[in-house]
Amino acid sequence: MSVFLDILASVGMWEAVLRIATPLILGTLGVLLCERVGVLNLGIEGIMTFGAMIGWLTVYSGGDLWTGMLVAALGGAMFGFLHALLTVPLGLSQHVTGLGITLFASSFSYYVFRLAVPTASSPPTVEPFRPLEIPLFADIPFLGPVLFNQTAPTYLALVMVALLAWVLYRTPLGLAIRMAGENPHAVDAQGIDPIWLRIGTIMAGSALMGMGGAFLTLAAFNSFFPTMIQGRGWICVALVVFASWRPARALLGALLFAFFDAYQLRLQTVVEGVPYQLFLMLPYVLSIVALILMARRARVPQALMQPYRRGER
Amino acid sequence: MTPVLELSGITKRFGHVTANEDVSLHLDKGEIVSLLGENGAGKTTLMSILFGHYTADEGTVRVEGQELPPGRSRAAIRAGVGMVHQHFALAPNLTVLENVMTGTEPLWKLRSDRAAGRRKLVDLSARFGLKVEPDARVSDLSVGECQRVEILKALYNDARILILDEPTAVLTAQEAESLFATLRQMTGEGLSLIFISHKLHEVMSASDRVVVLRRGKVVAERRTSDTTREELAELMVGRKVERPARPPATPGAVLLEGVDLHVSGKGGASLQGISFKLRAGETLGIIGVSGNGQTTLAGLVSGLMAPDSGALLVKGQTVATHDVPHAIAAGIGRIPEDRNAEGTIGDMATWENAVLERIWSPDFSRRGVVRRAAARSATEDIIKGYDVRGATVDGRIRLLSGGNMQKLILGRVLEAGPDILVAAQPSRGLDEGAIAGVHERLLEARGRGAGVLLISEDLDEVIALSDNIRAIVNGRLSPAIPAERANAQLLGLMMAGDWSAAEAIEAENTHAI
Repeated sequence: MSVFLDILASVGMWEAVLRIATPLILGTLGVLLCERVGVLNLGIEGIMTFGAMIGWLTVYSGGDLWTGMLVAALGGAMFGFLHALLTVPLGLSQHVTGLGITLFASSFSYYVFRLAVPTASSPPTVEPFRPLEIPLFADIPFLGPVLFNQTAPTYLALVMVALLAWVLYRTPLGLAIRMAGENPHAVDAQGIDPIWLRIGTIMAGSALMGMGGAFLTLAAFNSFFPTMIQGRGWICVALVVFASWRPARALLGALLFAFFDAYQLRLQTVVEGVPYQLFLMLPYVLSIVALILMARRARVPQALMQPYRRGER
Repeated sequence: MTPVLELSGITKRFGHVTANEDVSLHLDKGEIVSLLGENGAGKTTLMSILFGHYTADEGTVRVEGQELPPGRSRAAIRAGVGMVHQHFALAPNLTVLENVMTGTEPLWKLRSDRAAGRRKLVDLSARFGLKVEPDARVSDLSVGECQRVEILKALYNDARILILDEPTAVLTAQEAESLFATLRQMTGEGLSLIFISHKLHEVMSASDRVVVLRRGKVVAERRTSDTTREELAELMVGRKVERPARPPATPGAVLLEGVDLHVSGKGGASLQGISFKLRAGETLGIIGVSGNGQTTLAGLVSGLMAPDSGALLVKGQTVATHDVPHAIAAGIGRIPEDRNAEGTIGDMATWENAVLERIWSPDFSRRGVVRRAAARSATEDIIKGYDVRGATVDGRIRLLSGGNMQKLILGRVLEAGPDILVAAQPSRGLDEGAIAGVHERLLEARGRGAGVLLISEDLDEVIALSDNIRAIVNGRLSPAIPAERANAQLLGLMMAGDWSAAEAIEAENTHAI
């Protein structure tokens, strides 16, 4: 029994939770933003892949790490624009378009990667973000290394949670975004064009997804390989439901999932005689359970997945 | 004096259809002008142009002498034009305050000033007597309250001109009364109003001036004091419309009987021990303010719910199984209250809607396979026989206007030859021409020997169609009075729960029956 508790008492475990959570936080915030304005964005899996690739490629070709993050955000926004164009003014099925974007962006990423790195058999690496110790705070026992010895993008993700919550709940723009996800006709009636509002918001959300992907190549694995997102995007889609479309709960959800993931990784090494695939499954199973418990009373944005056309109801 | 609002020479075409043709009208300060016209006359299109939702092909809109740029809602709002939409433009999951404040501050402001917004809202709400709770979630509000929020939204934007698009379509009679009082108060405060409607009595009682629109053109303009309902009806429809008269009844055997029925309906609309009899060839009208149990009563007879106690007898037999197939099999035809939500499936074809209710009958399916040809030809017959305009057998039914959709429902129900017909608010939201058509069909069914249970809030309708009238109040039924003895005052008393006069009349009649 004590091995299970030992894991929980280790600094490494909790440090890993925040690290694993970072791309999930960014991705979940991205999906949340899109859905709050009324558009499902299943392009996330591909957009994260593209962000991971283009961020890595930027740094690999000599850009600095922050330029890499920025390019990943722009790349995400670009695919977001494509998704928005197809789903908002044209009103195409958001499911189909999103899955299409995922397939397209994933393949396109690999294509560009192979153009840039045609020969290498093992993926080339870059110098990643290093942990950034926050003076004084990092010296707090246990909490210090867990919370204040992370890489800069992790801090950024946490700031983003607060920022997004502020924008959504405290600014006129956020109110308009939420309104567009509830009833775009109402937004139009108040003199704001819901089409542009949706396009802009989807682009912003997709930029966050791109950054979430770039975290993996620039702060976790140091190199790009095509299958590296491994369903993280889909987890983000589920986490938004778990979070009832609220940023703070999105953070909670991402941490919870990351906790399961970090825990199962360590269990694999200490528990013998159990196939490791069983542990790999654990976070997903627990996510479904959490989803069932949390999401039943959620208030779904009423206009989610409804294209807006003027004069039609 | 310059009018506060002036539309001149507005023309709008959608493809080959001309929705508005050379329409001009003006609105003076402090005035209520009704825009009267049947469904499809172009009223809403005209107002959408004024509000910048559509761009006119020709013509201009001036507010206080200033021309509005076309196609810009923002400009209309800034100029002081507020619109109260027929289908509320509200977000159900947001609070009243949030709904009202959306779009009223610069979008890129870093912090929304909620406190100031709340003060302004509370102020307006007190000044105009529009009571709302700023922090209530809109989904928790009644329809009447939602409309108050819609009006407050416009006032919050400092509207001086308010356009109300069929504001009473979804309101109960009482809510409508209180709305009219509010509108009067607003003109006193210097607002000017345009009120879109196809209901003659509202237009007559609420407005100073009436502009009549027919097929996209202004056909007449009258001061309300110089005109009559009859004249307006004729102007609006373009011919003399007469609602059909009710021939004398020849009541037969009791077809439907309720004995001390109790139903615990949802949301307080329960039935608390009601008893009634409906005979063949007779129409029993049930009046009442909505929410007093009429929906529950209709649902009970239609087989949608079962009573907790008491019995429902159809043709003398107690109904054992309360479900829809049994109700239909027993010969009960149903015209539901909400034709969009319950009467039809908007995105399915007309023929599917026409036969869905009887899809298991051997006429329309055999061994689990739909007999398309039979279903389609039956639909064809309904479309022809009931003059369902604009309908094609394969077209989606949501594209039909309310009146034509109701004709299709009538056709569907009556073609099955029901012995008992439950008609809940059958002419709600319909215009004069369509109402006359519906009434004709209901009288026809009665003439054929069906018993008609007519549930309606429209007193004129109930008096015109019913042989006997009862009021439903808090889940109880008043004594029945014959329609000949009914007048607005007596029915008003009955709906308010004062049944002494009705009891006297019933006692008088008992020995006669």
